[in-house]
Amino acid sequence: MILSVENVSLSFGGVKALQDVSFDVEAHEVRAIIGPNGAGKSSMLNVINGVYRPQHGKILFKEKAFKEMDSRQAARMGIARTFQNIALFKGMTVLDNIMTGRNLKMRCGFLQQALWIGPAKREELEHRRAAEEIIDFLEIQHIRRTPVGRLPYGLQKRVELGRALAAEPELLLLDEPMAGMNLEEKQDMCRFILHVNDHYGTTLVLIEHDMGVVMDISHRVVVLDYGRKIADGVPAEIRSNQKVIDAYLGVAH
Amino acid sequence: MDFSFFVEVLAGGLLAGVMYSLVALGFVLIYKASGVFNFAQGAMVFFAALTFVSLVERGMNAWLALAVTLAAMVVLGMTIERVVLRPLVNQPPITLFMATIGLTFVLEGLSQLAWGSQPHNLELGVPDVPMEWLSQQWNINISQFDLFAALVAGVLVGVLAVFFQKTRIGRALRAVADDHQAALAVGIPLQHIWTIVWGVAGFVALVAGLMWGARNGVQYSLTFVALKALPVLLIGGFESIPGAILGGLIIGATEKLAEVYLGPMVGGGIESWFAYVVALLFLLVRPEGMFGEKHIDRV
Repeated sequence: MILSVENVSLSFGGVKALQDVSFDVEAHEVRAIIGPNGAGKSSMLNVINGVYRPQHGKILFKEKAFKEMDSRQAARMGIARTFQNIALFKGMTVLDNIMTGRNLKMRCGFLQQALWIGPAKREELEHRRAAEEIIDFLEIQHIRRTPVGRLPYGLQKRVELGRALAAEPELLLLDEPMAGMNLEEKQDMCRFILHVNDHYGTTLVLIEHDMGVVMDISHRVVVLDYGRKIADGVPAEIRSNQKVIDAYLGVAH
Repeated sequence: MDFSFFVEVLAGGLLAGVMYSLVALGFVLIYKASGVFNFAQGAMVFFAALTFVSLVERGMNAWLALAVTLAAMVVLGMTIERVVLRPLVNQPPITLFMATIGLTFVLEGLSQLAWGSQPHNLELGVPDVPMEWLSQQWNINISQFDLFAALVAGVLVGVLAVFFQKTRIGRALRAVADDHQAALAVGIPLQHIWTIVWGVAGFVALVAGLMWGARNGVQYSLTFVALKALPVLLIGGFESIPGAILGGLIIGATEKLAEVYLGPMVGGGIESWFAYVVALLFLLVRPEGMFGEKHIDRV
């Protein structure tokens, strides 16, 4: 078990975003969080990533409990993420964006880097190779020198995934990685996600609205509704769960 | 029109422009890395020059004084980050801008409190006299000091360019400037980065302070050189180091040429405000400046 969420409650003033939510994530698993709009999915992801601190409950990552932490610490512990509304460094090129993902892995002092001597040169080349591998993998070689702000939405999403991968995370959080994509782009993204899971053994937690995609690629699914967990299980169970169907379609009162 | 006179005016203007660029650089650094327009840059220039000259007058070795002043500027940068910026993370830019205006007055007050308010002379060992060789050979008068300042600015820009483009910290700086949240998510320490930027800006302020102090004397009015950097920034773009240099050159050259050739037609004295006219005209054509980032919002 790589991640365990225990009785987490989060509220903003009077709004209860999450209420007593518990679930776990096995290592090397693809775990989906689904639910109608406003169910608390992104809040959940932000809690795991240390952006929000829950009022109650705790998060265990690799058997270590953390309560007080921020996104930077999460990054150091091996959690990377992408954002719902793409948070790339728009003025920088694709390559530079991906290189920022390797920031934590660089060890040489800036003087060495500025002077481009020995170890710094070797280090930069090594990181550059890692970045190029990711670029090849995501099939974005042709745009590596393009400032990210000029790229179409689908490609930006891909670059953001690349930046997260560059950190070689153990746990990768994806907030709606396929939102706003056409069918072909979605298929590409699915392929990348499965490959990452398969090839690097990365554990993935993802939020997605496209049920077809969720059922196809995830091993287990958590369903949230109004901040509460209403179901948890393998896709086949979730598909036939009455509570889930009600939450999505609405029920007559 | 006398050609050698024209060259002399042009060269003098370009070199004076370099001095503006030195000040503009400090603004660009902080704007690039934190999106804050640091109104206090002029006060930092004043503080640096005053600290240096006061230390030297108290008998300290010039190089030691330089090191001490640099240390003071870095400490100042760290303090500003801790006391002013950190509590204001995620506030709108106008709030941060107002905070730096406040900072200006605090800095001016503090430096005069510490070192007194009388003007000082600053000698850097490079006399502000025309170079003999050029005067005799071509009948062009160009100040040695101006050339020296240009050289210093050139080296400074080179160092900063390498720092920004080649190092991990430089990349982190650009990342922080673009998106705070995303920078945190990839593990970039926001606070360290800001401390470094303000430290570097302090260093640039020190260099600018020494150059301007040597030319005009170290006195309170040194803070107003910051206002001369504004048209430079408007022309060069707020985010661009090459822009600050080129902007400075354009401003320096046009204001000197205007003073000499247009001045007599309107009774002279246009040098002090002509830069702003140029900047305004420039704004009409390229609102983001020459090298500024053009923001295209997808709708």
